[in-house]
Amino acid sequence: MTNGAYNETNADLLNIEMQLLMEAIFLRYGYDFRNYSKAHIRRRVLHHLSMSLIPNVTMLLDRILRDRDFFSNFLDDLSINVTEMFRDPEFYKSLKYNIIPKLKTYAYFKVWHAGCSTGEEVYSIAILLKEEGLLDRCQIYATDFNRKVLETAKEGVYQKSDIEQYDKNYVLSGGSGKLSDYYKSRYGSVIFDKNLSSKVVFADHNLVTDNVFAEVNMILCRNVLIYFEKNLQDRVIGLFYKSLVPGGILCLGTKESIKFSGYENLFEVVDEKQKIYKRKIL
Amino acid sequence: MNYKAIVIGTSFGGLEALKIILPGLGKEFPVPVIIVLHIGDHSNDTFINYMNSICPLKVTEAENNEEIKPGHIYFAPPNYHLLIEPDFTFSLSTEEKYNYSRPSIDILFESAAWAYSKNLIGIILSGANSDGAYGLKLIKEFGGMTLVQNPCSATSPTMPRAALKMVLPEYRLKLEDIAVKLVELTNG
Ligand SMILES: C[S@@+](CC[C@H](N)C(=O)[O-])C[C@H]1O[C@@H](n2cnc3c(N)ncnc32)[C@H](O)[C@@H]1O
Repeated sequence: MTNGAYNETNADLLNIEMQLLMEAIFLRYGYDFRNYSKAHIRRRVLHHLSMSLIPNVTMLLDRILRDRDFFSNFLDDLSINVTEMFRDPEFYKSLKYNIIPKLKTYAYFKVWHAGCSTGEEVYSIAILLKEEGLLDRCQIYATDFNRKVLETAKEGVYQKSDIEQYDKNYVLSGGSGKLSDYYKSRYGSVIFDKNLSSKVVFADHNLVTDNVFAEVNMILCRNVLIYFEKNLQDRVIGLFYKSLVPGGILCLGTKESIKFSGYENLFEVVDEKQKIYKRKIL
Repeated sequence: MNYKAIVIGTSFGGLEALKIILPGLGKEFPVPVIIVLHIGDHSNDTFINYMNSICPLKVTEAENNEEIKPGHIYFAPPNYHLLIEPDFTFSLSTEEKYNYSRPSIDILFESAAWAYSKNLIGIILSGANSDGAYGLKLIKEFGGMTLVQNPCSATSPTMPRAALKMVLPEYRLKLEDIAVKLVELTNG
């Protein structure tokens, strides 16, 4: 986990090298990790060093600057893409209870799913909307800054071995059908119904360096802000505020919050525990 | 030595052990105590409420970006890794399980060693797997103090044994002696 080249005697050196590395990545490739949680980034970098048998961060930096493919793999290591279907079933229950009735009053609405990773959450929401009879009335934008995960998301192909857990989550979330109604099995994989993604546009968008993506009625951004330092989190919450229509809904991960972000007064709390907020109509 | 934080890792048998240790720290305890207890996916609320009812110190679940305060007991939230940032705030991560665990003791201990180096006390208590052994070794390498519950007094000796295999700790104590030792170490 930690690389032999670093210990408490050269912690300062590592800090300097990390700072240079983040600066170099930003200048060369435009990805800005400078305000991501330091402990998290350090862990990923040291992990990458030991996997690629590169002795220290300065040599990693050299390689990254010169080798685009190498950087692309490194990027995968920095962006934690772990996700699952119907993670936090209680959240989906709350959506159903608190938000869906309001969406039903709209003729048409837009959803922005930011940091969607490989798409499991997108298909979960699409299933929920479908069961509520709303899928045909919506447009979903699903974005991430990692193009590889977006490819997987578009395909909607997942490992069969994960389905048992997803099925459990689906039932707990109050799903009204059977999860197996929505996918077909193929060898060790399952492929989700293309109907579900017919309303989804998958697109590359970086929350740190890009601007408002679209004006929408609901934003889901779960388990992305936890990787950002406070100031960056606050800025991204500001971006969400600007992207929402008045009365629009913001859903964060269960360990994320708008508390102390400076935007607290501009939102109403819909569900404190499930982190569902509503942009106030001022 | 001026200790600035204590990190504790434990799994099976941990709740019983913590019920004895944490109230024993008294109400003037001068440093934060940060704990990973493997309890599966369900919420921490019940036992945090319970701990609050028996501990004079304030017990809460660690929150993302929260500033770590002395005399406060923090638990990692279920299903998230807990890390300590260089500016002594918490951060959380949903990365893969490590040692089949999320939260992982190793991940907490590693980040704590970087943040506090020699001003840290690392503790391994009762547990049924070997998470934390590597992290404890790192704490020791960074000059921190290490303490392992005597496996013979642990409900489940696997975790303390695994730690003892990797580290020769400064202290190897029976459950009843741990709180007293911590009070002594942090009052120096
Ligand atoms: C842990 S996943 C969360 C997936 C899903 N929302 C969930 O909760 O299960 C975090 C995702 O955020 C993406 N991400 C990280 N930084 C980003 C940024 N600056 N802009 C857009 N996406 C980002 C990562 O690529 C990753 O797919």
